[in-house]
Amino acid sequence: MSIASAHLEHLPRSVQFTLALALAALLLFPQVGTDFYTQMVTRMMILAIFAMSLDLLQGVTGLVSLGHAAYFGLAGYVLAFAMPPSEPVSLWWTLPLAVLGSAVGALVIGFFVVRTHGIYFIMVTMAFAQMVFYLVFDNKALGGSDGLYINFKPTLELGSWVLLDLDKKASLYYLTLGAMLLVYAFLRRLLWSPFGRALSGIRVNEHRMRALGYSTFGYKLSAFTLAGALAGLAGYLWGVQTGYVNPELMGFHMSAHAIMMVILGGMGNFAGAIVGAFSFELVLHVFKDLPRIGQVELGKHWQLWMGLFIVLVVLWAPRGLLGLIAQATLRLGRSKAS
Amino acid sequence: MSELLLRAQNLTKRFGGLAAVGGVSVDLWRNQIHAVIGPNGAGKSTLTNLLSGDIAPTSGSITLGKQDVTGWAPERIARQGLGRSYQKTNIFLPFTVWDNVLLAAQSRERQQPWNPMVWLRAAGKYAAAQQRASRAIELAGLQNRRTAVASTISHGEQRQLEIAMTLATEPQVLLLDEPLAGMGVAEAERMVELLLRIKPEHAMLLVEHDMDAIFTLADHLTVMVNGQVIASGTPAEVRADAGVQAAYLGEEHA
Repeated sequence: MSIASAHLEHLPRSVQFTLALALAALLLFPQVGTDFYTQMVTRMMILAIFAMSLDLLQGVTGLVSLGHAAYFGLAGYVLAFAMPPSEPVSLWWTLPLAVLGSAVGALVIGFFVVRTHGIYFIMVTMAFAQMVFYLVFDNKALGGSDGLYINFKPTLELGSWVLLDLDKKASLYYLTLGAMLLVYAFLRRLLWSPFGRALSGIRVNEHRMRALGYSTFGYKLSAFTLAGALAGLAGYLWGVQTGYVNPELMGFHMSAHAIMMVILGGMGNFAGAIVGAFSFELVLHVFKDLPRIGQVELGKHWQLWMGLFIVLVVLWAPRGLLGLIAQATLRLGRSKAS
Repeated sequence: MSELLLRAQNLTKRFGGLAAVGGVSVDLWRNQIHAVIGPNGAGKSTLTNLLSGDIAPTSGSITLGKQDVTGWAPERIARQGLGRSYQKTNIFLPFTVWDNVLLAAQSRERQQPWNPMVWLRAAGKYAAAQQRASRAIELAGLQNRRTAVASTISHGEQRQLEIAMTLATEPQVLLLDEPLAGMGVAEAERMVELLLRIKPEHAMLLVEHDMDAIFTLADHLTVMVNGQVIASGTPAEVRADAGVQAAYLGEEHA
């Protein structure tokens, strides 16, 4: 099996069909789900955007960033500072500002980190993210370890006409769904542009790319900045949904979870990142709710079960859950044909 | 007289105390194949890596066309018109033959990785790059293997693909590091034909062990031993050189 097919860059028709069904379910969900579950799925979709942004680096370009949460959290903080305590402000300017903030952060940090390779890249991305984390954590003016509250949802109006009232759970849900679909369509298109092809080439053989005349530094820095900006979009939506930001959003765990989501779902095609984010959150929910058996509270040890789960997926489904779906639907098709 | 496309003067590369290449000068002319031979460790690959910018020389100069490119990064030298192949096959194994060559051809479009418009334009819409890729694939004789994944084709075909990728960047100067290595007789013959076909437009440096191919192809022959040039001239002159016979060529070519 080649890496290109391992990455499922071309999604098999069966997978496309499954994804279309899932999309239909997502479109209808707020009509049938309770507020609690609508909120939970909104959160999954936000994390899916975050995971897709990381997949551009990890799955497509082959750059494993252990500090991607820094750009996620950064946008949330920009929103927190842009939102006055007494009245809501518009999404029209806070969203671009927050995304820009993350993009600039990624551009500056990326300028240094994309010069490194392999294990050094992993370490340096983590080191920079930890710097950002402690800068906020130790700084009272930035909210310190407690974080900051965002008292209002941003408004989304056209003139005096309210497009969406984000205080309504369903409205925020559909806004997030729209953002997720846009990011997915954008990244799928990018994957097949010369830019996306060059990023794939860098993943497979950067040395050869340079010998062919590609200035790989510019490509990697652009990808890093774009990934940071998209992580910022996710972080902004997170801030809107939860109403507060804290340093944990930029922390190591958040970065590590994103890596796990991408691996869980399957790398390099963005659909896997979405599947990974949804299943990660779902499985997390199940593990945390595990019952108490005798003296042992199973749910309390969710990280142990999560670890086992990831190990099993990596061992048995190296192409991630999306790869499993592709395999299963392929088999189903074959048995029907015979 | 044909056109001088690359001139390297007095190239030296030291690794610690060892001079892997010591004061080597090479001229490459259009429509000429300049072969470099020598035993393992003679510095042939190091010389190739110096000319392509993969490693920087300790001293000496390289002029490509009219441009001094000494110390330039490999991607800059490549865009200035130099293409190379590698001793160990160096292709994008997971990609199809066509995608390998298209990626190479695309490198000659204006590179604007920071431009969002470029992120959204399909690779298939760059007509000039597609033409370059098609032409290179046909030159290399791989038109029937376009959709095959590079890791699944034969070793000989991978070597052809390597050349096709290099040609797709439309270089003036070609550095070929043992293009015949590991090939069967028929495959080697095809490769020799290919090199003769592309010779008129290019200046070529050919590092090779296959002496039959060398004497078929080379217009100029340089013999290296221990990082030094011990003889340089037409193949006939070098063949007649007593020192070379003793050091390298052995009885059969004497």
